Amino acid sequence: MNLKPEPLAFELSSPGRVGVALPKGDVPAAPVPETLLRDELKLPELDELTVVRHFTRLSQKNYSIDTEFYPLGSCTMKYNPKANEVAAALPGWKGSHPLASARCSQGSIELIWKLQESLKAIGGFEAVSLQPAAGAHGELAGVFMIRAYHLARGDAKRVKMLIPDSAHGTNPASCTMAGLTTVTIPSDAEGGVDMAALESACDDTVAGIMITNPSTLGLFERNIEKIARIVHAAGGLVYGDGANMNALTGVLRPADVGIDVMHFNLHKTFSTPHGGGGPGVGMVGAGKALAAYLPGPIAVREGDGYAMAAPSKTIGRMKAFYGNFGVLVRAYTYIRMLGGDGLRRVAESAVLNANYLKARLEKAYPVKYPRRCMHEFVAMGNFAEGVHTLDIAKRMIDYGFHPPTIYFPLIVPEALMIEPTETESKETLDGFVEVMLKIAEEAKSSPELLREAPHATPVGRLDEVAAARCPVLCYRG
Amino acid sequence: MSVDKNSRYRSSHEWARKDGARYLVGISDHAQEALGDIVFVELPEVGKRLNQGEAFGVIESVKAASDVYMPMSGTIVAVNDAVSGDPALVNREPYAGGWLVAIEASAPAEWDGLLDAAAYEAEAGKE
Repeated sequence: MNLKPEPLAFELSSPGRVGVALPKGDVPAAPVPETLLRDELKLPELDELTVVRHFTRLSQKNYSIDTEFYPLGSCTMKYNPKANEVAAALPGWKGSHPLASARCSQGSIELIWKLQESLKAIGGFEAVSLQPAAGAHGELAGVFMIRAYHLARGDAKRVKMLIPDSAHGTNPASCTMAGLTTVTIPSDAEGGVDMAALESACDDTVAGIMITNPSTLGLFERNIEKIARIVHAAGGLVYGDGANMNALTGVLRPADVGIDVMHFNLHKTFSTPHGGGGPGVGMVGAGKALAAYLPGPIAVREGDGYAMAAPSKTIGRMKAFYGNFGVLVRAYTYIRMLGGDGLRRVAESAVLNANYLKARLEKAYPVKYPRRCMHEFVAMGNFAEGVHTLDIAKRMIDYGFHPPTIYFPLIVPEALMIEPTETESKETLDGFVEVMLKIAEEAKSSPELLREAPHATPVGRLDEVAAARCPVLCYRG
Repeated sequence: MSVDKNSRYRSSHEWARKDGARYLVGISDHAQEALGDIVFVELPEVGKRLNQGEAFGVIESVKAASDVYMPMSGTIVAVNDAVSGDPALVNREPYAGGWLVAIEASAPAEWDGLLDAAAYEAEAGKE
């Protein structure tokens, strides 16, 4: 990594310097009214080469799956095959216009339809909508669908969503945005849903439950069918948070165990890029009870061709045009390259890799719920006096690894959530283990090395507290 | 971990303490220590009525955002503006200047159902 701190573009500015020569105006000049001119903006003045070097140097400071191992738990930072990019860059896809007629967009709509069919088969769903642009967006769609279902039955009192305490924070946030209240269900001693608490929370005001399986502890929820039965018996519906679908592809179809509606993150499980915040797709799939409520339009067969049509009781649009179409091309390419058997191997290898890391690390990094994990596991970083998980995470940066997810899930103190994914080789995993074991030694022998980490970066330990309490959001030079 | 002997506690780490006719509510020293440096506190509007166990606000630290729950049912009669401006006050003085809301209890008998300082200390110590 280029270790020199990069100045801001403002600091590279030199008065009067320009990067482009504008052509001579061929229309009369209209001066900007003086009241609209703002001297205080101080826009940087730079030449082209300075700009190119500035941004190239910044790009060299990027960390990505294409450069290093990225075991960020719950995020499934798997390798995104370059074939996905080749497919998405084909002129027919790249040049398609969202306002072109359906007749001129048959190829694009056919791809959407085929991807819908693939995802229906993977999840066991009745129908699928590819509209939502992220996992939380898919959750919001699902919660709206559950609400619409109850309202359509004249059951307006169902406003309570049950959410296990290990859930992603987006679950209660989606409910609140949809106007529902949330009830937290505690975990039992083994990290699963506390069945007694679940049963006592189930009454005629329950809209449903939002369940993540495997849970954010990386554990398979063994009572999933029983949970679905209890909630269904109370008149509620079951939402599946598919953030952890990478552990299940080709092995378990969520609809078969009682899930009524679920999102998959195409940008996690189906290998489309998401390190920089997207664009993503939080596809939603639904079983018989909710299929008619899916956001639309979705792709349908029409005669010999394809068309976009709204499901009969749709909650409406979640996204303009065809959604994030480029992501759909990549995910479809990935699914077709792997096929059904390949997708099963994805899940099996993801689970194997996580269990391999867990087995090699759990002596040094205690695991609160020690049973066999799925695609990720949650260790604890509080085994050495005066050293916290944050210090371990920062020290990992010095050794060239992206830190795992830390301090989540909230029910594990000093959590370190590690998800290797299926795309890493044994050599990479062994290299990671060696570094983690070395850091565990350092935590005991020289804790200050960890507390002051990172050392091998352009800037050292950042003061996150000051940044949150007194943020400086504008250049003040 | 310190506990305030005059307060009573919920297992979710909120305390309540009689203050004249009203009750002051905050989070325990154990809770502020577990949360770490607090950077943001969201408090309810005065006049809001909430039941015991319902969330009345959010405390955000660099590690996590957590709901805080009503130790007793009642109406919010005051909020501590000082902690909105200086969230670290909750870290420094969880039982004093870092109180969060004052409530007028609608079911004062709920007080008897809360944990006393010794029981809370024993429970929180197990975590």
